[in-house]
Amino acid sequence: MTKIKTQYNRRSFIKVSAAASGGMLIGFSWLNGCKPNTSLDTGVAIPKEWFDINGYIKIGDTGMVTIFSPNPEIGQNVKTSMPMIVAEELDVPWENVVVEQAPLNTGFYQNQFAGGSLSIRLSWNALRMAGATGRRMLLEAAAKEWGVEVSSLTASEGVIKENSGERSVSYGEIASKAVGIEIPEEVDLKDLKDFKLIGTSKKNVDGRKIVTGEPLYGLDFHREGMKLAMIQHPPAFGMTVKDFNKEEIKNMPGVTDAFIIDTTIDEPGWFDEKGFNHLIAIVGDSTWELMQAKKAIKAEWETVSEPENSDIHIEKLEKALVSGEVEESRKDGNADAAFKKAAKIIERTYSAPFIAHNTLEPMNFFANVTENSAELVGPTQTPESLEGSVSKLLNMPLENITVDMTRIGGGFGRRLYVHFGVEAAAISKKIGGPVKLIYTREDDMSQGTYRPTYRSTYKAGLDENNNLIAFSVKGAGLPEGPVFPNRFPAGTVENYSAEKIKAETNVTTGAWRAPRSNFTAGAEQSFLDEVAEAAGKDPIDFRLELFNRAINDPIGEKHDYEAERYAGVLKLVKEKANWGETKPGVHRGVAAYFCHASYVAEVMDIIMENGQPIVDKVWCAVDCGIVVNKDGAKNIIEGGVVDGIGHAMYSQLTFENGTAKESNFDKYQLIRHSQAPKKIEVFFVENEIDPTGLGEPGLPPAMAALANALYKATGQRHYHQPFSTERKLVG
Amino acid sequence: MANFNLKVNGKNEQVDVDPATPMLWVLRDHLKLVGTKYGCGIAQCGACTIHLGDNAVRSCQLPVSAVNDQDITTIEGLSENGDHPVQKAWMEVDVYQCGYCQAGQIMNASAFLKNNPNPTDEEIEGAMNGNICRCGTYTRIKKAIKEAASSENA
Ligand code: FES
Ligand code: FES
Repeated sequence: MTKIKTQYNRRSFIKVSAAASGGMLIGFSWLNGCKPNTSLDTGVAIPKEWFDINGYIKIGDTGMVTIFSPNPEIGQNVKTSMPMIVAEELDVPWENVVVEQAPLNTGFYQNQFAGGSLSIRLSWNALRMAGATGRRMLLEAAAKEWGVEVSSLTASEGVIKENSGERSVSYGEIASKAVGIEIPEEVDLKDLKDFKLIGTSKKNVDGRKIVTGEPLYGLDFHREGMKLAMIQHPPAFGMTVKDFNKEEIKNMPGVTDAFIIDTTIDEPGWFDEKGFNHLIAIVGDSTWELMQAKKAIKAEWETVSEPENSDIHIEKLEKALVSGEVEESRKDGNADAAFKKAAKIIERTYSAPFIAHNTLEPMNFFANVTENSAELVGPTQTPESLEGSVSKLLNMPLENITVDMTRIGGGFGRRLYVHFGVEAAAISKKIGGPVKLIYTREDDMSQGTYRPTYRSTYKAGLDENNNLIAFSVKGAGLPEGPVFPNRFPAGTVENYSAEKIKAETNVTTGAWRAPRSNFTAGAEQSFLDEVAEAAGKDPIDFRLELFNRAINDPIGEKHDYEAERYAGVLKLVKEKANWGETKPGVHRGVAAYFCHASYVAEVMDIIMENGQPIVDKVWCAVDCGIVVNKDGAKNIIEGGVVDGIGHAMYSQLTFENGTAKESNFDKYQLIRHSQAPKKIEVFFVENEIDPTGLGEPGLPPAMAALANALYKATGQRHYHQPFSTERKLVG
Repeated sequence: MANFNLKVNGKNEQVDVDPATPMLWVLRDHLKLVGTKYGCGIAQCGACTIHLGDNAVRSCQLPVSAVNDQDITTIEGLSENGDHPVQKAWMEVDVYQCGYCQAGQIMNASAFLKNNPNPTDEEIEGAMNGNICRCGTYTRIKKAIKEAASSENA
């Protein structure tokens, strides 16, 4: 792969100006830059010549179009959906399009990261502009060629036609002329009603490569002459390495070098979170031999902070709930006073353990560091942060560092953290050559950036008419408290209090798919189920009542959600699941949650088979604004549901003396085929709101819908994840 | 170190490796067939599934010295042009999210369907339970297996 960075270092900018006709009129500046195409799988002939239209689009003389997908692909399917947006505005048949992963290019692309379900949301306008600019340039080229006005031409499906019907020319035929056209300052975007591609279902552009086993992932990357490397981290959080049997390891078969690397970064950023700065590195020629060498390591470790146990974690959280430091809070009315007046009070405590990300492709990265350059290739959700950290580590200017992104075997937040790329760079620098660092599953699971462990207490007060008059939540986490003070039910209850409390741990934690929401949804939405029951109300009606309050007469100054849209997904799921209908042996739960700017409501049906709960069917109603790639969008919501059920039900990471007791899939349970829902149906609210993300929002409500359905099935409420080990369920 | 003659995807290959080396690493490191994936190394995830003769096996647990003259098929050799009914069904259903587990899922499903061309849902779950999909594409995998089964029987 050749790599070209634009020599400019300006960002394209968006300036919305008055709409002249039809679509929105947008002004911007545009810069060229990118690299040649390599892989082809389309309906048109392979071009002899390619023409760079702009950094997102290249058109071949046969009409084949290469679209560069800027963001990391972790399974959220942006490598298909982002180019669809470009192709829509370019107005080219999807069959003519091939997609390539763009490299990191901070001078040209924006927001090249995969996190917070933000890819589509942040790039919607930029991608549309990229396509529309291309279309405009092709139109201008044809107009110039024929000596007519652009307004006398129409571009559609890869062909430009004269409105008079006289002449026509394909994109492929005119592309060479479009190269010389000045990049327009303003372009028309399509009216939403004219979309042909957006809103349809297009298959994953890497599908054929996935099913035929082509090298796609970081772990598959190979460079002639490269070495392989593995690391060994200290056995427990709170420990560091002092020394090891270096000479012995170096003499083992297939090992070429062994040493300790220091990966300390000055002024570390959020993405530099990692368990251990100093690591033993072993370099060699084959993975198996490195694995054997790793087992032969005898090291001297040093304890630098108190190793922790799971019992201590629970104690810390309990203590924090009583006397911990409140980081953020909200108070409306006077909850304490209202509780005193309440006719009924419900108070419940919920908890969840640390969990690991466990992307199926373990952490790995390729690095080739020379005196004045560093090349990095691999799976990262944050290439720009990686570039920055490697620059600090090597004391090398950013311009000398390149980052290429492979397809990524799962992200879930784990690869927001860049330490494994930094470690690869440190090893490459030490050996003076190209190297691919590989984590074993055990390395991956036992030195994670885990989902924090959480504990929250919810309290609700009902008056004699069963109106919710007071609500409070106090949540503590190691380290961050699982509370969003301005989210639902803020705005719906007269007397409301929310407190987010932090506590300390030396276990490294980080963003795990839908950070904090992955716990708060489960807790809050099963708590509300209990409150609705105490109030003698249907759980959906009870929530809709609260949303009505937020719509008509909201409490307090602000809340983070739009109550209409929240209520909208509940109403949609109610209709689709035929809520209210009862079937013998089928037990239903419902939950709704808003996070990452999208709204999802889920109804879950559970049946009991041989005393075991089986999720028979799940209905999901989703409001994420405009849906780009419908079936792909459904797929990621389905994944979120399965992930939510799996982690609520089965997964946990426990600690003894600072060591994770579960370090592979024999002890760490992940949801499997037989435990997955039999059927999942996904429905979208149709609207014209700019698209928001889908990678995360499907997961959180699944945890609560599950807890609520389980209650209906077994009569038992679930408060402590994972539910499968909660005492009463098993004993 | 020892020499082993292997038959992989119909081709004769020779490798000089430690006899205990699992086929997973022989394929990936020595033969540069990286379609077979590493997920756990302890027979728990199924990402490394290949065919030994007609059977699906975990290549992370199969030492190269145990292969002898048995045919090995990897995802790269499942079909000439990616047109095995299971591969086609996978593309039709658009099963994958990250895609990392899918070579193993496909290799397991294709061996399973060969022995049981008309499986029930329960049989599918039983046969596929050793293959983890961290992204949670299980319902689509099941759908694709059924589609492959019905296209085979059509
Ligand atoms: S890598 Fe062989 S079963 Fe997981
Ligand atoms: S598709 Fe990602 S692990 Fe299965």
